[in-house]
Amino acid sequence: MLDKNGIAKRIAKEIKDGYYVNLGIGIPTLVANYIPSGINIVLQSENGLLGMGPFPYDGEEDADLINAGKQTITTVPGSSIFDSAMSFGMIRSQKIDLTILGAMEVSENGDIANWKIPGKMVKGMGGAMDLVASAKNIIVAMQHINKAGESKLLPSCTLPLTGVRCIKKVVTELAVLDILPGGGFKLIERAPGVSVDFIRASTLGKLFSENSVPEMNLD
Amino acid sequence: MINKVVSNVKVAIQDIKDGDTLMLGGFGLCGIPENCIAALVEKGVMKLTCISNNAGVDDFGIGLMLQKRQVKKMISSYVGENAEFERQLLSGELEVDLIPQGTLATRCMAAGYGMPAIFTPAGVGTEVAEGKEVRNFNGKDYLMEYAFNADFAIVKAWKGDTAGNLIYRSTSRNFNPVMAMAGKVTIAEVEILVEVGELDPDHIHTPGVYVHRIFQGSNYEKRIEQKTLSVKS
Repeated sequence: MLDKNGIAKRIAKEIKDGYYVNLGIGIPTLVANYIPSGINIVLQSENGLLGMGPFPYDGEEDADLINAGKQTITTVPGSSIFDSAMSFGMIRSQKIDLTILGAMEVSENGDIANWKIPGKMVKGMGGAMDLVASAKNIIVAMQHINKAGESKLLPSCTLPLTGVRCIKKVVTELAVLDILPGGGFKLIERAPGVSVDFIRASTLGKLFSENSVPEMNLD
Repeated sequence: MINKVVSNVKVAIQDIKDGDTLMLGGFGLCGIPENCIAALVEKGVMKLTCISNNAGVDDFGIGLMLQKRQVKKMISSYVGENAEFERQLLSGELEVDLIPQGTLATRCMAAGYGMPAIFTPAGVGTEVAEGKEVRNFNGKDYLMEYAFNADFAIVKAWKGDTAGNLIYRSTSRNFNPVMAMAGKVTIAEVEILVEVGELDPDHIHTPGVYVHRIFQGSNYEKRIEQKTLSVKS
């Protein structure tokens, strides 16, 4: 079973040279720590920056330079700054190659819920609805099961939706799964030490699997 | 050149009245019009509708206006980090319209470009789509969203000249340029106000035609919400 860094590490392997990538808050932010060497990518922050760099050193932080999580950051050489309309313009027109974001639930037909829990204070969707509605390639980083052991990969989402039929790949603490065009989760890889049977038992949505499924390579 | 300079923040906001709709630039606490917010709190105008990506924190930004219960309605994409906001929302004192961030930006942009509406895929199939017209273009569904109609847009820029031309600094640009274009009256506060001719026309982000009033602000706090650092190894 993977921890958060393990999930981030596995997702990082999906990133290809030359990609423009938007990383959501939480586990997706950790992906930046595991970009394979020799690969050049550009990180987008939807508040208006391409070419996000690491956090600043103490004393070098700049109140005018933050990421979408409102954290102080830096720029890398070749970065660019733009307004919020252009930022979502490049997302909507699919100039951003890959979006990685978290989810509370994903359904077998690729619906995602990640912004609202009825009865709890609603903070808002931020840019999540724009991202999932437009991105051509979305990877969800999420927990496969909740603390009570209940599946979060479902036949249909129970929480209010963020987007419909938009998710194609999910990476959890247990597995890598693709969502098939006709519906259903296809088991692609197992986390080290996790059995196909355990993944099957942890997936409430329709699951397709070969008898033998490779273990993730996290090196 | 037409001179847009007003003497101070009080003059800049003097005709904002109860019940007006305001756009306020900024993302989190980054690039917010600190001087105008302070003056609006002092003036005590009430029943405002505020269009702003966020609602500040308890003791800064729009949070200061919430404390004085000056806001009737917030139109935002994300409103976390604010306990007073939550209290007013749950007690029914405050109306909130949560909309996707790109939709918020583009509804501002549409107003500034003179377009009545836009079509966006954000929110299709979700509760955001309820009651909205859906159109299919090239096999994909889009929601029709209207351009905003704001009485005042209040923005913060880094540099400006007396003709109202604006230059923003770093990611404090965010919503400021699109809101500057979208107000019936646009008020700009700047850190540095210069004479015409001192800014390179090629470097202007917001042309002065969109700006009705400009003044040099003071005492910028520029509070950081999430100071996050790398550790030197």
